[in-house]
Amino acid sequence: MRVMLEGSRAVAEAVRLCRPNLVCAYPITPQTHIVEDLSQMVADGRLDAGYVLAESEFGAASIVLGGSAVGGRAYTATSSQGLLLMAEVIFNIAGLRLPVVMTCANRAVSAPINIWNDQQDAVSIRDSGWIQLFVEDNQEAVDTHIQAFKIAEELMIPVMVCMDGYVLTHTWEPVDLPEQDEVDRFLPLYSPAYRLDPDDPFTMGSMVGPDAYMETRYHVHMDMMEARAVIRRVCEEYSETFGRGGTGVIDTYDTKDADVVLVSMGSVLGTMRDAVDELRDEEGLKVGLIKVRCFRPFPTGAVHDAIKEAQTVGVIEKDISLGLEGTLCSEMRAAFCGEESPEISSFIMGLGGRDITKGDIKQVARDLASNPACRVEFRGLREDLMDGDER
Amino acid sequence: MTPLQDGRIINLMEPGHTGCAGCGQAIGARLVLKAAGPRVIVANATGCLEVYTTTYPRSSWEVPWIHSLFENASAVASGMEVTLKAMGRYEDVRIIAQAGDGGTADIGMGCISGMFERGHDILYVCYDNEGYMNTGYQRSSLTPPGARTTTSPPGPMSWGNKTRKKNVPLIAVAHGVPYVATATPAEPRDLMRKVKKALEIEGPKYLHLLVPCVPGWGIESELSVEIARLAVETYLFPVFEIEDGMITKVKKVKERKPIEEYLRPQKRFAHLFKPGGEPILEELREIAEENSRLQPGPAVLFGRT
Ligand SMILES: Cc1ncc(C[n+]2csc(CCOP(=O)(O)OP(=O)(O)O)c2C)c(N)n1
Ligand code: SF4
Ligand SMILES: [Mg+2]
Repeated sequence: MRVMLEGSRAVAEAVRLCRPNLVCAYPITPQTHIVEDLSQMVADGRLDAGYVLAESEFGAASIVLGGSAVGGRAYTATSSQGLLLMAEVIFNIAGLRLPVVMTCANRAVSAPINIWNDQQDAVSIRDSGWIQLFVEDNQEAVDTHIQAFKIAEELMIPVMVCMDGYVLTHTWEPVDLPEQDEVDRFLPLYSPAYRLDPDDPFTMGSMVGPDAYMETRYHVHMDMMEARAVIRRVCEEYSETFGRGGTGVIDTYDTKDADVVLVSMGSVLGTMRDAVDELRDEEGLKVGLIKVRCFRPFPTGAVHDAIKEAQTVGVIEKDISLGLEGTLCSEMRAAFCGEESPEISSFIMGLGGRDITKGDIKQVARDLASNPACRVEFRGLREDLMDGDER
Repeated sequence: MTPLQDGRIINLMEPGHTGCAGCGQAIGARLVLKAAGPRVIVANATGCLEVYTTTYPRSSWEVPWIHSLFENASAVASGMEVTLKAMGRYEDVRIIAQAGDGGTADIGMGCISGMFERGHDILYVCYDNEGYMNTGYQRSSLTPPGARTTTSPPGPMSWGNKTRKKNVPLIAVAHGVPYVATATPAEPRDLMRKVKKALEIEGPKYLHLLVPCVPGWGIESELSVEIARLAVETYLFPVFEIEDGMITKVKKVKERKPIEEYLRPQKRFAHLFKPGGEPILEELREIAEENSRLQPGPAVLFGRT
């Protein structure tokens, strides 16, 4: 069914179609509309789930952890400060192998406090053991949520669907909502291999010492590595059923003959595609594009193969590992592991809601074409706030 | 393994764990589980009890049991309760959340407040050994005045812990928790009766147990139950029940003991018996005196004047 919906509402509808047993969250801009919409669905009787009004994001994450541990399908959503407040539980959910699904409405992190979009929040929690999928538009947000439960439950690894705050959550777009029976066929009821149950008591969350801790981490890591294939397969299955949503871990656009390859995650990719088209058509520049959809596990092989022929690569990203460079850029470099690699540069853009225009993107590509050397740059800084900073 | 033998429920929290001999918390937990029976799911906070009962790959628990973090047992339990209800699997199951005094009165307070306020059908048990024992006997907000802990040490400028015990039972009452009670392992039958009663009441329940800690308090292992009894008999730990905001039952001590009988055997109070310690002893006497005046009737703040 094709409908005009706000991004948040589209996500709420997708979550409803997945028949969660438990929804629990704490409000934070720009995630709020999602949980408001879900609570309205519960009030209207359209969603038959336990709905808990948590006292904090820390509580919300712990509550979905409990719901998942007794065998329920559990969902939460947050942003920015909320995600960071959850951090301890986020790691714990992953370590306990509980297939919780979360939406992260990506937002900048304080200080300074800023409610607008960047991706520092999700990127900062990348080592927690959650699968992190970044979506480009609201249709992909819908599809990815439905895939997320399936991926999470098959692997017993939690999945975070990351969507740019405001840019997607608060934007009205036409989306195709699948029918309930189609979703039911794609995503059967959750039946975990283990859950807390008095009929079959077991202990979850033991103290594990040096004799076995490392092995448990090893197993989670290996399952995360394996997850890339599972994500690809689930997305293919999804696209067979629904005719879209087949992008697995990365998507490439015009990379085959490209000298300059741009890379990014999330909603800016739409603008980047237009920029690539124009650069090719109007300026004859051989530019290509990579969308990193799956940030964790990192699609090392796919990324490697997609850029190995390029001369230079520009990673445009809305996060920074302060004191180094953009995190996605570091990981692109790591994909070559000593092998000769293209020059890979970090362009920090769009922090805290700063616009990234098509012109900005084209300029990055032009600059890389004329000077392919590897570097780290902020783009779009205001001159008047630079106080003559000459570094 | 079945917890039933000859029709009798035996230890649902098995011995063989690595807790100290004489650990009051171990005795308390075993009694709680014995009273609750096998149809419970337990969410346990980080702390001594969690560590010594579940050192991988062993476990003392014969009931489904989860440990997530230090400060979220109540929230994990909340999620379990709502989800089981939503899935229609709640009927013959009861949920217990349990933590130490640190996991309860300090770091866990936010989640507990949420659990109380939302009215989940959960029994919350606080095992109060008056300090962060698992991490080496540091002070908590339930450490009593004058007690030596590793972060409230006495010295030329200090007589040990400076603050009174936070009144967590009344915090529960203030949330409208319908059943609030205190108990000690010195009176197992009373403790078990309270667990059973609590589990029959719909909604959040709060049970506060004083559980002596052998190394943390500096006592002999074999004295731990006796020390718990003395805490009650000196009125330093009042034993009561509060139902719907009314104190319905107060343990009246037949032969009240001077506080020194409780304090003397504990190394954590030894410095109070040196010259100059008298004002702290006097404060503890006042607290005991105030506790002794608890009466059935509306629950109002006590132990703070
Ligand atoms: C967030 C966090 N902070 C600190 C700790 C370290 N820690 C573990 S147990 C504990 C003290 C537990 O005290 P209490 O709740 O009173 O339980 P007890 O060990 O005394 O039974 C502390 C400080 C932790 N595990 N997690
Ligand atoms: S340190 Fe105290 S609480 Fe911990 S096991 Fe020993 S007696 Fe029990
Ligand atoms: Mg303690």
